[in-house]
Amino acid sequence: MSSFMHQGRATYAFFERNWNMTRRYLGWEVVWLVYNIVNAMSVTFIGASASLITGTKVNTSLLILYLLIGTSVWTYLSVSFDGVTDIVNLEHWEGTIEHTFMAPISRFTHMIGSCGYAIVHGMLFTFLQLIVVAAFFHLSLGQTNYLTAFFMLALGSVSFIGFGIAASVLPLLYTEKGMQMSFIVRSVLLLVSGVYYPISVLPAWMQPLARISPATYVLEGLRAAILRNQVIWSPEIWSYTWPLIITGVVSVPLGVFIFHLAERYAKRTGKLKRNG
Amino acid sequence: MVTTHADTTSIANLNLDITTDAVVIDGVSKIFKKSRLLWRRNKEGAKKREIRAVDDVSLTVKRREIVGILGANGSGKSTLIRILSTLLLPDTGHVTIFGYDVEKNERKVQELINRVSVEASFFKKLSPMENLIYAARLYNMPGAEARQKITSILTRLGIKPDRIKTPMENMSRGMQQKVAIARAFLTAPILLLLDEPTTGLDPRSKIDVQAFINELRDVHDATILITTHDMDEAEALCDRVAIIDQGRIVALGSVDELKQHITALMGRAEPATMQEVFMYYTASRLVTEEDIKRYGSWEKAFEAIEAQREEEE
Repeated sequence: MSSFMHQGRATYAFFERNWNMTRRYLGWEVVWLVYNIVNAMSVTFIGASASLITGTKVNTSLLILYLLIGTSVWTYLSVSFDGVTDIVNLEHWEGTIEHTFMAPISRFTHMIGSCGYAIVHGMLFTFLQLIVVAAFFHLSLGQTNYLTAFFMLALGSVSFIGFGIAASVLPLLYTEKGMQMSFIVRSVLLLVSGVYYPISVLPAWMQPLARISPATYVLEGLRAAILRNQVIWSPEIWSYTWPLIITGVVSVPLGVFIFHLAERYAKRTGKLKRNG
Repeated sequence: MVTTHADTTSIANLNLDITTDAVVIDGVSKIFKKSRLLWRRNKEGAKKREIRAVDDVSLTVKRREIVGILGANGSGKSTLIRILSTLLLPDTGHVTIFGYDVEKNERKVQELINRVSVEASFFKKLSPMENLIYAARLYNMPGAEARQKITSILTRLGIKPDRIKTPMENMSRGMQQKVAIARAFLTAPILLLLDEPTTGLDPRSKIDVQAFINELRDVHDATILITTHDMDEAEALCDRVAIIDQGRIVALGSVDELKQHITALMGRAEPATMQEVFMYYTASRLVTEEDIKRYGSWEKAFEAIEAQREEEE
């Protein structure tokens, strides 16, 4: 019981610390939010101009919404991945990594606290972006099933956390450029998952990668929820749910195991020491 | 040895046998391998350059003892402290803390120790209170109790109450170091590892910290391992001193024992200072009678030998 309380307190410690950091870097948060919104708008304008570009009549609202879902997942993955990789990045930057890593807590507790905050932070960012861009293009979200959309994003988050934990070994092992390397993981994940397009347009060799990527099912699930008002218990949503359960069950323990190996390596070679 | 109930104490669910030695370091070595640049490999041989940071070190620290580790920069002091802190794995040898192996019982060891490093490592945008609350929760301390203790310790160390809730980036290095010390004291560790804790502090702050260290031992039964460059600090605090040079412990004893030994070796009437003891043991080679005759005095001989070493390096 005492140990359970301890791990609970430690989990909250990471959540509280990250919230305090967000408050102290509020200006940066605003800049980052504006950047994401501008980025989303620059992509969705492609949808707005599709008729002009192709010279044929296109359902512009549908295309804008389709692209907006892609930019929302991109933002969500960016913010939540940053939060997860901050298990190492932020601590390396501040020089606190040794202090945190010698605390009497399990690495799993450490990750639960950091990842929990990353999910909440990412969802809030994505929601704000969705509302602002939808309002800008006067898009109707009346047909959206918000519960299903939230469910797909929350379920997909489990797998994203697994990938994020595995990616956070990069800044642990490569202090200077590891963070940039973790961007590649995120981008490849979205590329093969059909972030702005159906995966059927991908070359044949990319299709198997799309099928094992959790982002594919999150994107399809969100499209079903936002464009077609699908309920959670519909067969279509179930067809995206079970692959996400499998990728979540596999990716989280695998990510934690990879991190454990990397931590042992860092402790053997002295890479935990503040550097950068 | 038979352990009675009175000999055990419960710390964070650990039934700790306090009759065992606090720290046992047994034949510990640590080698770091640095990659050579591709174009230098042919010239200098092997792909990796080896740095023997800790070389077959053995040391036992008794419960409630304050042991100082003295050494020049790069002598291996901090590496040894990192191994004890579970932040580095030794290549060979074993370390136990109150009977717990630092590799096999990592979490149990972490519950017993805390460390102050030479760099005050904090989230600089956060205040001392926010940083220390975070640390307290990691060590299973409830928020309300932590807040009370944090204010008390920081005030005791001379941090003004209005500074406790302002970002750490606005504090001087000395103040930040005091907060680092408070963070370690906060969890009342029974083994405190202090890696040059008073570097950068003004004389008054040094005395405050030294008084706190003594109190931690006297009141809380803590065992303390401290690395320092400050010979006065070593004399003021330490029951025993280990001098480490190029990763090896070259001398171990109480300050008086070491001084007497060097005084006798130097053949002088007045007792040797701790600086002389340190210089003697960390010289590139021992100063012989012949050197003293050749250069006129032990000090001049030492300076000449060190100048030779620097030239060779």
